[in-house]
Amino acid sequence: MLCMICKQNAAQVHLTQIVDDKIKKVDLCEECAKHKGVNDSPGFAIADLLLGLGAAQEMAQAGGGEEIKCPGCGFTQADFKKAGRLGCSQCYQSFAEGLESLLKTMHKGTKHVGKVPQALRQTRDLADRLKNLQKKLDKAVTEEDFEQAAGLRDEIKQTKDQIDHLVPGAKS
Amino acid sequence: MTIHEFLSPPVETARRTGPHDRIVLSSRVRLARNLRGMAFPGWAKKAERIKSLEVIRPAVESLPQLANAFSETMDNLGPLDKQILVERHLISREHAAKSAGSGLVLNKEESFCVMINEEDHLRMQALRPGLQLKQAWTAIDQMDTDLEKKLDYAFSPELGYLTACPTNLGTGIRVSAMLHLPGLVLAEQINQIISSVNKLGLAVRGLYGEGTEALGNVFQVSNQMTLGEMETEIVDRLNKVLQQIIEHEENARATLLEKKPKMVFNHIGRAYGILANTHIISSKETMNLLSLMRLGVDLEMFAGADRALIDELFVVTQPAHLQKQFTEKLAAEERDLLRADMLRERLRQVARPSPKLPGNAPGLLDKRN
Repeated sequence: MLCMICKQNAAQVHLTQIVDDKIKKVDLCEECAKHKGVNDSPGFAIADLLLGLGAAQEMAQAGGGEEIKCPGCGFTQADFKKAGRLGCSQCYQSFAEGLESLLKTMHKGTKHVGKVPQALRQTRDLADRLKNLQKKLDKAVTEEDFEQAAGLRDEIKQTKDQIDHLVPGAKS
Repeated sequence: MTIHEFLSPPVETARRTGPHDRIVLSSRVRLARNLRGMAFPGWAKKAERIKSLEVIRPAVESLPQLANAFSETMDNLGPLDKQILVERHLISREHAAKSAGSGLVLNKEESFCVMINEEDHLRMQALRPGLQLKQAWTAIDQMDTDLEKKLDYAFSPELGYLTACPTNLGTGIRVSAMLHLPGLVLAEQINQIISSVNKLGLAVRGLYGEGTEALGNVFQVSNQMTLGEMETEIVDRLNKVLQQIIEHEENARATLLEKKPKMVFNHIGRAYGILANTHIISSKETMNLLSLMRLGVDLEMFAGADRALIDELFVVTQPAHLQKQFTEKLAAEERDLLRADMLRERLRQVARPSPKLPGNAPGLLDKRN
């Protein structure tokens, strides 16, 4: 078995940790383990390793051995390891894969359930309504209830206008 | 108007009262927000930080809650003014270290304080005396709702409000309260409390937040997780935990008075003795002794003193507040002398403590087990 980090030396340090009821395993060579502080630092967290490894996988996928860079701000994985903070809001997309396991260890869940900006909430509600109306329209058409269909078509147009009004330039 | 002229004098701020303020000094709810399409302040170049500040500052200033507020860029505040803001718990140490491209907007009542370009583009806080987490949340929620109409927030339906540090992701909320817990410290139960609070996913920190000592038996309790939970759930959970800590503190005080009254009176009497007679004293020792005097006031041991006096001294004896009263630059040793002078003078009006036991307890204090 090769070390997960350098992928050159044989793995001699095997770590298992339970993170959010899931077993995470890490296999490292002695040198990388030492470098990561696995042996001596009590503050060592498997999440940190996984985060780095996630990025390593991404890198491999991206090919060319080049480090991933956020297209929004030029931030790299190495910068994150140094600062512990991200470069811009787009970084969450750029480093999504590496961040997921980190978020799992940090938070109660990985999906936001709290406050949503009003404008977004309204568009979401309208989009739901649009979907509903469309369904009703399809039904009315199949049932050949053209009077109702005409009414629904008007409502759909109104809803679409409302969405366009809320999000300028956005086409539903 | 300078920040010094704007801030209410400590003699006034110490008189603000709120529910449970015997134990809960203050409540705070902070929201972290960022602008879409702009690098976070820690990564942005100076020019970009100035640009985001120029977008955010007028939007914040136009809020009805911040009418007649103090608004300034951090490069226009001197190091002493910044330190005073830290000692008042209005800005973080991190924000005090900022300069051009960061700003501060603060209202007269000190109930809203917005830091611009700290770790995130926006760190808005609602502050209330005593235990008022729900009120603070409602107030800051409203401010955020007003502000989202003026600013384009970085928000993802999946991940919520996007923040510079993933630890704030989602709701971007930090709900916290500052607690004075001398009873639990004297009863040596504080570590137990801290570890059980930690197990609930809440953090316990010192007087000035992250990585600071619990000077003066003051502890900050706050949520750590921000993603996967509603804001109101977080507020409710913290509220419940705080109610329990208050109860534990009250119980610890009652038990101490019953079982070891001499030990308690000894601590309080010595604290008064030193503070009222000292000629050289550090700010750290001052805070720790004032904490014991505050306990003495709570136990009605000081006839001529109220809690506000102690709370005022707690603020005015801190280094920057002390320095502000003198024009020449003071060295730490000089401050220790002047602090002692101030304490002796202010405590002249306070009579020696006299133990007064609660009605149900017998008058005998010397009972040995």
